[in-house]
Amino acid sequence: MLKLAALAVFVLASLLDVSQVRAAGEQVVIGTIEDLSGVYADTGGQGSVEASAMAIADFGGTVLGKKIVLLSVDHQNKPDIGASKFREWADQQSLNVLLAGSNTGVSIAMAKVAAAKKVPFFAVGAGGASLTGADCTPYTVHYVYDTTALGNGTASAIVKEGGKTWFFVTADYAFGTQLQDAAARVVLANGGKVLGAVRAPLGTTDYSSFLLQAQASHAQVLGLANAGTDFINSLKAADEFGITKTMRPAALLTFVTDIHSLTLQTAQGLYLTTSWYWDLNDETRAFAKRFFAKMKKQPTMAHAGYYSATLQYLNAVKAVGSTAPDLVMAQLKKTKINDVFTKNGYIRADGLMVHTMYVMQVKTPAESKYPWDYYKVVKVMSGEEADGSQADPACVLVKK
Amino acid sequence: MKARTRLYAALAILGLAAPWLGLYPVFVMKLLCFAMFACAFNLLLGYTKMLSFGHAAYFGASAYTTGWLVTAQGWGTIAGLLGGVAVSMLLGLAIGAIAVRRQGIYFAMITLALAQLVFFVCLQAPFTGGENGLQGIPRGSVLGIIDLGGDAAMYYFVLAAFAAVFVLIRRIVHSPFGQVLKAIRENEPRAISLGYQVDRYKLLAFVLSASLAGLAGSLKALVLGFVTLSDVSQATSGDVILMTLLGGSGTFLGPALGAIIVISLQEYLSDLVGAWVSVMIGAIFVVCVMTFRRGFIGEIERRLGRRV
Repeated sequence: MLKLAALAVFVLASLLDVSQVRAAGEQVVIGTIEDLSGVYADTGGQGSVEASAMAIADFGGTVLGKKIVLLSVDHQNKPDIGASKFREWADQQSLNVLLAGSNTGVSIAMAKVAAAKKVPFFAVGAGGASLTGADCTPYTVHYVYDTTALGNGTASAIVKEGGKTWFFVTADYAFGTQLQDAAARVVLANGGKVLGAVRAPLGTTDYSSFLLQAQASHAQVLGLANAGTDFINSLKAADEFGITKTMRPAALLTFVTDIHSLTLQTAQGLYLTTSWYWDLNDETRAFAKRFFAKMKKQPTMAHAGYYSATLQYLNAVKAVGSTAPDLVMAQLKKTKINDVFTKNGYIRADGLMVHTMYVMQVKTPAESKYPWDYYKVVKVMSGEEADGSQADPACVLVKK
Repeated sequence: MKARTRLYAALAILGLAAPWLGLYPVFVMKLLCFAMFACAFNLLLGYTKMLSFGHAAYFGASAYTTGWLVTAQGWGTIAGLLGGVAVSMLLGLAIGAIAVRRQGIYFAMITLALAQLVFFVCLQAPFTGGENGLQGIPRGSVLGIIDLGGDAAMYYFVLAAFAAVFVLIRRIVHSPFGQVLKAIRENEPRAISLGYQVDRYKLLAFVLSASLAGLAGSLKALVLGFVTLSDVSQATSGDVILMTLLGGSGTFLGPALGAIIVISLQEYLSDLVGAWVSVMIGAIFVVCVMTFRRGFIGEIERRLGRRV
């Protein structure tokens, strides 16, 4: 029986996490928690981790004489995995900053951990505007785009061209509902009408019943408040059903990799809103070339956002000479952001990074001259135009 | 001192010392919560031979209730826990009353169907937060005296709860009531012919199991600070079956060991292979069923020729 006790102790000891807490301060630890295997693996995914690694390499690999370490894990689109991994890193690995994205539900869960553990948190790939509204924290920075800006970009462009009646197919979680709300607000404000909406679970592959409901509504515009493979699957199905002939699809969140998967034949003419495009100028093309060499695809706005956020964090650490979260956050909030991702971006009191957004139209196959030549700029929106000039009053950090 | 006493003493010391062994307290707490869940499940599967396919319903319903009471209603920690357990108890009573009338596969299917019903309620009800779940649940304090905010205090609170549940389950199994359960397990018609109201015994076992599973869920909600749909999903129901069978159903330590193995594997494999983890756990389960059917502790007991 003693043998059994010894066995039990051995099994426990060998299975449990016996890695000791790393002595704080020997290195700067950057964590990335991404969807590496699910619906957003293409728009964010491994490319995001790679973009962060590029930023660390460009920065020189060390800051304040300490080695920079990059951790990454797959959140599998489950809020519980994201939040518990973040907490574990904060407790065990003396994590200094978390960059995370693709999935607003997971990001909201992680924001709560950021507030409890006082770790700066860059919500890079997620869209939900509530991250800097009702769910804001002093340590959250919402970086690449938010649902408000997407609504103001794409929805207003379509309504102004006469798409007055809308039906939404919405991803059934925080991101989808917030995106639908943002777009619906814009539609109503411009004299349009929302005829209905249907919610599809994240990761749906068969959109037929949802699309038939949309068709039965006789709306002019099919608002797709989803992203990643959800967006690809729903648009493809709409195209195959011939619904795109009678209804105009509105792609409320689209990444350049989605267009690549859909092909121009299916996607041509779509309006979309993006904060970054690889073919904007020489600087973005140079970054894209380096990224392409590693990942064999052009970077999305999320990838550029990861690169930029990593770099801005390291710059702030260098400027204040410390990784103390409050000092770094104060530095970040008073510094203008100028890099390959954006020019003259700034972080608002509620944590939103306000920057230029572009309304794009997908080119026709005839207009596209070379591989990945997919977008033409329709309109350039200033950060204030995209996100409003005031910080979100729903955020407790905003002085009323 | 008997060997069994020595074993439990060693485990108790290990449990008390865990935070100083470099183990991550939050992770050990999660293990304890799932170990409690598996032990509660074992009361049904191991001692009454009723295979419930939807035990996550009680685990998750209680977790959601506690989370909602503590967050939105401002209840205290203990009151919130009790509220959660009360809901899982009532749910167990309602579902159990329907399910115990049938046996075998029909029993399993009824529990599965009703658990899916609970899942969809949790998905659609306004207070559960849908796909996002409940976030930022405070741990609070024990009667305003012991603050559970720190990991050490919370750890000992969870450890004490687990020890209490473990002792309670031993007590139930060794009581006359437990003997009747075992009689039902071995030969139900004979138990009926002896004059026992079998359905009542089975229902009580079901309600006890559901309540203790609920306690485990509520504790997990407090430990991690969130409740999500995965707590109430079919996958969690499957996990607890796996834990119990892997460790050895019908043994006291088996389900706890099974929970430790399954959760640890999920934790480590999810870092390495991401979403492939469920495939690998499934493969491990197949190997276990093919090679040692009694589970780890069951096999050890058989080799030693006595019970642990």
